[in-house]
Amino acid sequence: MEDGVAIEVSGLRTQFGMQVIHDNLDFSVRRGEVMGVVGGSGTGKSVLMRTVIGLNRPAAGRIVVLGQDMTGISPREAQALQQRWGVLFQDGALFSSLTVAQNILAPITEHTALSPRLRRDMIDVKISLAGLPPDAANKYPSELSGGMRKRAGLARALALDPEILFLDEPTAGLDPIGAAKFDELIAGLQRALGLTVVMVTHDLDSLHAICDRVSVLIDKRVKVGTIESLMGEPDPWIQEYFRGPRGRAAQGTADRKPQGGKA
Amino acid sequence: MPQRSLAKDRDRPVARFATRREGDCLVIELAGSWTTQAIAGQDTEIYRLQPNGATTTRIELGQIEDLDTTGAWLVYHTARELKKSGTAVELSGAREEQLGLIETVSEHDVPCPGFPPPVNPLITIVLRLGQASFKIWTEARDLLNFLGYTLVVFFRTLLRPRSIRITALVSHIEQTGINALPIVGLISFLIGVVLAFQGADQLARFGAQIFTVNLVGYGVLREMGILLTAIIVAGRSGSAFTAQIGTMKVNEEIDALRTIGLDPMEVLVIPRVLALVIVLPLLTFYADMMGLLGGAVMATVSLDISFFQFARQLSQGVTIGSFWVGIIKAPVFAFIIAMVGCYEGFKVTRSAESVGRRTTTAVVEAIFLVIVLDAIASVLFSQLGI
Repeated sequence: MEDGVAIEVSGLRTQFGMQVIHDNLDFSVRRGEVMGVVGGSGTGKSVLMRTVIGLNRPAAGRIVVLGQDMTGISPREAQALQQRWGVLFQDGALFSSLTVAQNILAPITEHTALSPRLRRDMIDVKISLAGLPPDAANKYPSELSGGMRKRAGLARALALDPEILFLDEPTAGLDPIGAAKFDELIAGLQRALGLTVVMVTHDLDSLHAICDRVSVLIDKRVKVGTIESLMGEPDPWIQEYFRGPRGRAAQGTADRKPQGGKA
Repeated sequence: MPQRSLAKDRDRPVARFATRREGDCLVIELAGSWTTQAIAGQDTEIYRLQPNGATTTRIELGQIEDLDTTGAWLVYHTARELKKSGTAVELSGAREEQLGLIETVSEHDVPCPGFPPPVNPLITIVLRLGQASFKIWTEARDLLNFLGYTLVVFFRTLLRPRSIRITALVSHIEQTGINALPIVGLISFLIGVVLAFQGADQLARFGAQIFTVNLVGYGVLREMGILLTAIIVAGRSGSAFTAQIGTMKVNEEIDALRTIGLDPMEVLVIPRVLALVIVLPLLTFYADMMGLLGGAVMATVSLDISFFQFARQLSQGVTIGSFWVGIIKAPVFAFIIAMVGCYEGFKVTRSAESVGRRTTTAVVEAIFLVIVLDAIASVLFSQLGI
């Protein structure tokens, strides 16, 4: 396996009962790129993500993440691998009985041998990296707004300095300003920390703003490419998606402003 | 200052560092893997570094293989602390992306307030006591309020039978009544067996085994049948009511009902209350029969009291009044259980967690109220000589 590939999925088949979600699907993500995953409702975007991170068992196919074959992986190897990626679930999935600081602390205490002082310092850094104000540290998830919960979830996902960051609809439920800020945050972090980002999204603005390539889930397979190359695809759904009124509007804004936020 | 070696550990990545003096210059040499996973123990020593009279410090990063935010933070923090104690600090040998990472971390040096200090336990106790008392008071008041509201709507509905939702009512009768038959039957049967067995053991000392029948009859008909049924129903159906209504509350279904002009009281609460008021007396009757059957089976098997003898002794020793004393309590208990279940359901806030908490509260409250009412009824009936 070449060094430049972070995730390599080949011949993937997932099904629930009789319902086949993916069939003979190939998908790969290069190191250091931001990959957007889009598709109509029910095409299995989130399922694809959950399968790659091992929450779903595929019916067939091979998944290689960071050079490690996920099929027949031992629990110990799986645990080591899990520490090399961070996952942000849709609503943050914060542990509701812990404060934000304790949420971030949970993976650090479990998997590292850092001194208490360094742990404390790193929590502060991660909270700031995720764009949260310092006083959020001692708040409980129920006291945070939706956007803050996502940022706290992001801080937890970054706790162990992962190589890959999986984001499930990071901008869903945020107001446009908050969503744009979140996109900027992801782009900035990706550049600063050299992350590989896999992002399931519906948000055309996010795609234009931060994604290097986009995977479109269609007919149980994916079509991968940059937005420009995908626009050349004859598939009606892709045409509708990128060239529809919303697609054009998002493209317009992306063209007007200089690419991405600040580094 | 201890001289540390830069010897390599080939097995797993490790963070290594060494310090040396070059005249007035303190040289800190970092090597290996400075990552969250690999740093173990080195950080405490780094935090303790002092310039010890050196006027300049050089931090050499050239041999670092891996650097992540934790490592970058340590480098940045060391440089910052040494600068504070008056030495000039210079980073050397760092690659561009490493400098970028250190730069990023330095931009995010925003200390958060520490964990809140522990409060005096005495104050905590007083505080909790006060909060709990206040909560009990408000809960009791709200529950009473809801009781009144439910009663009003209940009787209003009874006066206008056409507004009863038959489909919902039948479905709840099935769920709370018919589906409860196996568990209620089994438990009552076993209680009958236990009463007969324990009673016989004691009564045999006086040669009065035959009065086991009276014991089982009185015990099951007056108290055990109704009490056990009520407790089972509170656990099965009271909790289900809270969970159902609570989930609807979380999904904003209750608000949706209101917006389309339906009264949640009428649509959700009344069918449940009515169903339970109908079902619980029937279940109690069934439980009574199963309890007596259990007693009779036990009497036949181990006491040599035949079925016929059991029936005759029962009809002589136990009055029909005892049966009514048990059965009459059923609708009241049913009303309480259903009302508490629905009330707690409406108290659910918009989180899944509160559904679970409210469901627990509903069961505890319902069982508590049932037993308190039963004790009051017991005293009342004995004063009245029934």
